[in-house]
Amino acid sequence: MTSPKELRAQGATPMVEMNNISISFGGIKAVDDVSVDLYPGEVVGLLGHNGAGKSTLIKVLSGAYKMDSGEIRINGNKVEITNPRDARAHNIETIYQTLALADNLDAASNLFLGREIVTGTGLVNDAAMEAECRKIMGRLNPNFRKFNEPVSALSGGQRQSVAIARAVYFNAKILIMDEPTAALGPHETQMVAELIQQLKAQGIGIFLIDHDVHAVMKLCDRASVMKNGQLVGTVDIDDVTDDDLLSMIILGKKPGEAAA
Amino acid sequence: MTDTTSQPITPQTKRNFFQQLELDVRLLGMIGAFIILCIGFNLVTDGRFLTPRNIFNLTIQTVSVAIMASGMVFVIVTRHIDLSVGALLATCSAIMAMTQTEFVPHVLGLGLNHPITWIVAVAVGLAAGTLIGAFHGWMVGYLTIPAFIVTLGGFLVWRNVAWYMTDGQTIGPLDSTFLMFGGTNGTLGTSLSWVLGLGATGLALLTLWNSRRAKLAHEFPVKPLWAEGVMAAIISAAILGLVAVLNAYEIPTARLKRMFEDRGEVMPEGLTMGYGLPISVLILIAVAVVMTVVARRTRLGRYIFATGGNPDAAELSGINTRLLTVKIFAIMGFLCALSAVVASARLANHSNDIGTLDELRVIAAAVIGGTALSGGFGTIYGAILGALIMQSLQSGMAMVGVDAPFQNIVVGTVLVAAVFIDIVYRKRVGAK
Repeated sequence: MTSPKELRAQGATPMVEMNNISISFGGIKAVDDVSVDLYPGEVVGLLGHNGAGKSTLIKVLSGAYKMDSGEIRINGNKVEITNPRDARAHNIETIYQTLALADNLDAASNLFLGREIVTGTGLVNDAAMEAECRKIMGRLNPNFRKFNEPVSALSGGQRQSVAIARAVYFNAKILIMDEPTAALGPHETQMVAELIQQLKAQGIGIFLIDHDVHAVMKLCDRASVMKNGQLVGTVDIDDVTDDDLLSMIILGKKPGEAAA
Repeated sequence: MTDTTSQPITPQTKRNFFQQLELDVRLLGMIGAFIILCIGFNLVTDGRFLTPRNIFNLTIQTVSVAIMASGMVFVIVTRHIDLSVGALLATCSAIMAMTQTEFVPHVLGLGLNHPITWIVAVAVGLAAGTLIGAFHGWMVGYLTIPAFIVTLGGFLVWRNVAWYMTDGQTIGPLDSTFLMFGGTNGTLGTSLSWVLGLGATGLALLTLWNSRRAKLAHEFPVKPLWAEGVMAAIISAAILGLVAVLNAYEIPTARLKRMFEDRGEVMPEGLTMGYGLPISVLILIAVAVVMTVVARRTRLGRYIFATGGNPDAAELSGINTRLLTVKIFAIMGFLCALSAVVASARLANHSNDIGTLDELRVIAAAVIGGTALSGGFGTIYGAILGALIMQSLQSGMAMVGVDAPFQNIVVGTVLVAAVFIDIVYRKRVGAK
């Protein structure tokens, strides 16, 4: 398989292009004319301070927010994403920072929420969904046992694995991960890192929002840094150091430019 | 990622008898409270409370509130409230009363008691209730006006729309076929009641068996066979017991004589006939079954509970929560209209104060039945049992001769106490 870097060098069409995206809330420009793109099998890190606009930008792609201006292209074709259903129809799956789980329902119900398996008579097939849930959890988190309890009874890591299972179960092509390891311990963080490598190998493109520069250096192919709603720049991870990234985040300067 | 081994299923060790039965402890508590209540009243009234006659009356008095309470469960589960159900019931009742006393007989010129009258009246009433409910839901979902305000406004509007339509007059007598939905005037008789009771028992047992088979097919843990047997026995006894009691209430001889005279026959000497299942109770049972299936086995129900548990998650999962709100309030409106059929048929006329304070009884029934106002939790059977408990309290106190103001004081206190006990219970077991 051609690596994402080679694809970019060949000038192939990106899987996702977000061009000149702007969105404001009450006069404040949360995202100001930002463009990012993503190739198959690539992990693009989105970095920046809290409030830099990373999550807002990504919520435009997942259908949670409507952009004021700009365009989204999937495999070169312009698409309209006005709600989460549209995003799912384009095989864009999102793991939200808040996980977006219905706490009163069990793991299987959350996994299939909005896409339930139904019987011939149109009733939801709980047994089949639980069986599928057991299958995917067997791969993602072999220690997971609490299938018949509401997810409110689960630990942070277990809840996270339900949210991840929901994103990867439905043949995602484009995956958005908003701080997937924020609530996790070292062991579970390692599991997520391995999962990202697996998904990458399958040709899935991933936008990864993370605060941890080291994690980004380890997992990502490229990094796009945002500050105050604007894009500071997108760099190839192989060409930069931790310090370069940090100065982009803190000072808003691309490597090579003189710090102000 | 090609490895598809499932999670091993660990058999859970269940400690006591009730856990083996997999019965909801909350439900057991409510049933226990209800039984104590009944036995208590029965002792105080020297056995008059638990007579077939009183149980029959209790069931037909509970129907109207219980039907609406089952809809209120969906409303409250999604973190909304409906304060307008009593007023909406009045409007639907007024519309149906006018349809059968004015529109069909005079405007259509079909005269009184035409066979088609009741069908037209019920259809118009149900349509009106559903539309008004959907309108409420649209204002809540799409205009994002809080449900409390929309239905508080609706409370005033619909109560007085009913008043305006009828000039505040009592409208009656209603169509003779329509009256069959009220209770005493429409029962199935003993034989048909037994047939239905046995059919329902068979169906319940079949459902139990099927759910066990579905679990076994996926190799999920199942209850021990003896526990299934106990459940089956309890369910059968409950259904057949109810039928037996309702059949045991005999139609008074004078009334029976009149029924025969109406048909131009002479009543044979010494004949007795039981009432059997009232049609209104059948309607309630049908509503309970359908609403339970909707809650547990349909996407609509799944989305209702998901939205109640986490509205943002539901929205992000691609659920159209606005349209969902319209559907929930439309169901509520439909059930208000259905309650209006039962309530006005039971009174044999439409009176201006029909359904007054029903909104509070309905909300109380749902809440006593375990529906959490914070959203996400609630059961249909709980709400119906809640309605039954409230009605039993009220009739029991009336039989004992408690003054009317004290009756309401007690009911109000019980509501608050029940919710408090529930909070303490939930804290203890660590449930949310």
